[in-house]
Amino acid sequence: MDEFTTWDILRNLLLAARWTVLLSLVSFIGGGLVGAALLFARIGSGRIGPTFVKAYVELFQGTPLLMQLFLAFFGLGLLGVDVPAWLAAGVALILWSAAFLTEIWRGCVEAIARGQWEASSSLGMGYVQQMRHVILPQALRIAVPPTVGFSVQVVKGTALTSIIGFVELSKAGTVVTNATFEPFTVYGLVALIYFCLCWPLSKSSQILERKLNVAHRNH
Amino acid sequence: MSLIEITEVKKRFGDNEVLKGINIDVAPGEVIAIIGRSGSGKSTLLRCINGLENIDEGSISVAGAQLLPDELHLKALRLKVGMIFQQFNLFPHLTAGRNVMLSQMVVKKTPKAEAEAMAKTMLERVGLGHKFDAYPDQLSGGQQQRVAIARALAMQPIALLCDEITSALDPELVSEVLAVVKELASEGMTLLMVTHEMRFARDVCSRVVFMHQGRVHEIGKPEEVFSNPKTPELQQFLGMTH
Amino acid sequence: MNYTFDYGWLLVYWPVLVKGIGITVELTLVGGVLGVMLGIACAWARALGPSWLRPFVAGYVELIRNTPFLIQLFFIFFGLPALGLRMGELEAANFAMVINLGAYGCEIIRAGIQATPSGQFEAGASLGMSRIQTFRHVVLIPALQRIWPALSSQIVIVMLGSAAVSQIAAEDLTFAANFIQSRTFRAFEAYFVATLIYLALAIGLRQALRGLGWTLFPRRTAR
Repeated sequence: MDEFTTWDILRNLLLAARWTVLLSLVSFIGGGLVGAALLFARIGSGRIGPTFVKAYVELFQGTPLLMQLFLAFFGLGLLGVDVPAWLAAGVALILWSAAFLTEIWRGCVEAIARGQWEASSSLGMGYVQQMRHVILPQALRIAVPPTVGFSVQVVKGTALTSIIGFVELSKAGTVVTNATFEPFTVYGLVALIYFCLCWPLSKSSQILERKLNVAHRNH
Repeated sequence: MSLIEITEVKKRFGDNEVLKGINIDVAPGEVIAIIGRSGSGKSTLLRCINGLENIDEGSISVAGAQLLPDELHLKALRLKVGMIFQQFNLFPHLTAGRNVMLSQMVVKKTPKAEAEAMAKTMLERVGLGHKFDAYPDQLSGGQQQRVAIARALAMQPIALLCDEITSALDPELVSEVLAVVKELASEGMTLLMVTHEMRFARDVCSRVVFMHQGRVHEIGKPEEVFSNPKTPELQQFLGMTH
Repeated sequence: MNYTFDYGWLLVYWPVLVKGIGITVELTLVGGVLGVMLGIACAWARALGPSWLRPFVAGYVELIRNTPFLIQLFFIFFGLPALGLRMGELEAANFAMVINLGAYGCEIIRAGIQATPSGQFEAGASLGMSRIQTFRHVVLIPALQRIWPALSSQIVIVMLGSAAVSQIAAEDLTFAANFIQSRTFRAFEAYFVATLIYLALAIGLRQALRGLGWTLFPRRTAR
């Protein structure tokens, strides 16, 4: 077998990291869309919607993401189709992200002071108008930092998809380790790449949060 | 004919009966001060008139519009009655002008230009024409409260409910808000205000309602109520606050 | 779909599951206790400790919070032996969980410490207490109480994350499910049962932590 230079290792890992980035994007955006739909069901006035979303969130936040991946992989397999790992990974991560995002956003909507609801009520606005013009514009603003922060969890969450056989950064790490027998270097580099993906997101979340707090203190 | 009719209104929070049968009729152009200790039910009464709380018994009607807890009736009622809050409750993401324009546009479907003109007029009326583009967090408490008044006025209500509108203000800012209210009163606006400003109540109001333990304990012209309180509770309350 | 679910294997394999549950609970207990202790130490260092120490702690916290637990686990189990640090599966799993919770716990507890009114530090100092004594006796308990719900959620997250330790052959609940599905070819059912058990464990752990909070903080000292 040929000698692997550190550059060879890094190059292979970086190529695989593309799939980590792609899966993260798909999961985050898909999760955001599903999460938004769940949010409206959760804060709506119906009876079934909120109960369903509560149970949904409890289920996805109360069980390991790894189990959700297994269940998606083998569960979709039961439908008789041969499920590619990327599909199971995408489905599971979207549903998982949706649960967390909908909870984050619900918190933001509920953080809007009761007086905002009362003032807009007293001006004659209906529920949809209040949401559209008064509550959501404010909730969206405070939702940005935690939402960006959660994207870090999504990137890290994609690592588990290696276990059901999706070839992304972590899987590539294992494959390269098996070829080079240099786990220290390889996993060190894998960690470094994850760090380079995640740290800017974490940092910007913190900065956004700080900006928001300063803006709030001006009152 | 009365403008606001409050008849046998009862309100409970759990086991706690906060309003125990309230009867007040308000004639057009009257300015009513509601005074009493905290917990006497005065704020709750005001919030009931605007439908922010549902009443358990009795009835409230404003210019013939009955208070019923469905969206259609509530909207009709709220178009007639504006409300000003202790904490101003301006929309922090909108400028002062936009605060005043928003409900005109989304509730009354007023065209933008018209709503803007109305907003300018109303802000000028409260002395803040120059603050049209300022955000709430750039305004003092007194200015915010005046914007809130302009916002309510822009809906052209026939009565205004003021819920301790100067209680959250620094003492030096109270007078600028009261001056605006006094002006409204002199222009014939019907006002119901929960207040701790006894001097203002005495000088400006046509009647004073003293609430005690969920009931209207005394009601009358300010000179009677303040100079000649009949019940020991009111005597004690006035002694306490003077 | 003409698949029939079959849970008959439970009759044979339940002891495997029970053993796996035991390991998962044990990992969570050790990881939770030591992880919170590490978190407190780091939070102290970052908020009140000597200034030369702060960047190191900050670096550790950022490194752990911005890399996947699975990779931390692999690095510890497969990578560290290159430095002569060889650990068994369970030790490595425990170690990874402790440093993981330590980093998250640090940030959560630090927020609690920083919310302490400055008068509390001043009162401690004016009574002649040292900085460490003030921290230990005056600041820490109200700080923990303030952030107990957030810390509890993080402990639950670490418990759920521990499913990954099956990948270094630590014989936890997920490992048990893997084992059972490899023998019975009932993959969906095996993972489904394991998922339900995890859910029960998460709910139970959350309740236990709430109860622990009531015991640790019987008086409402924090706002």
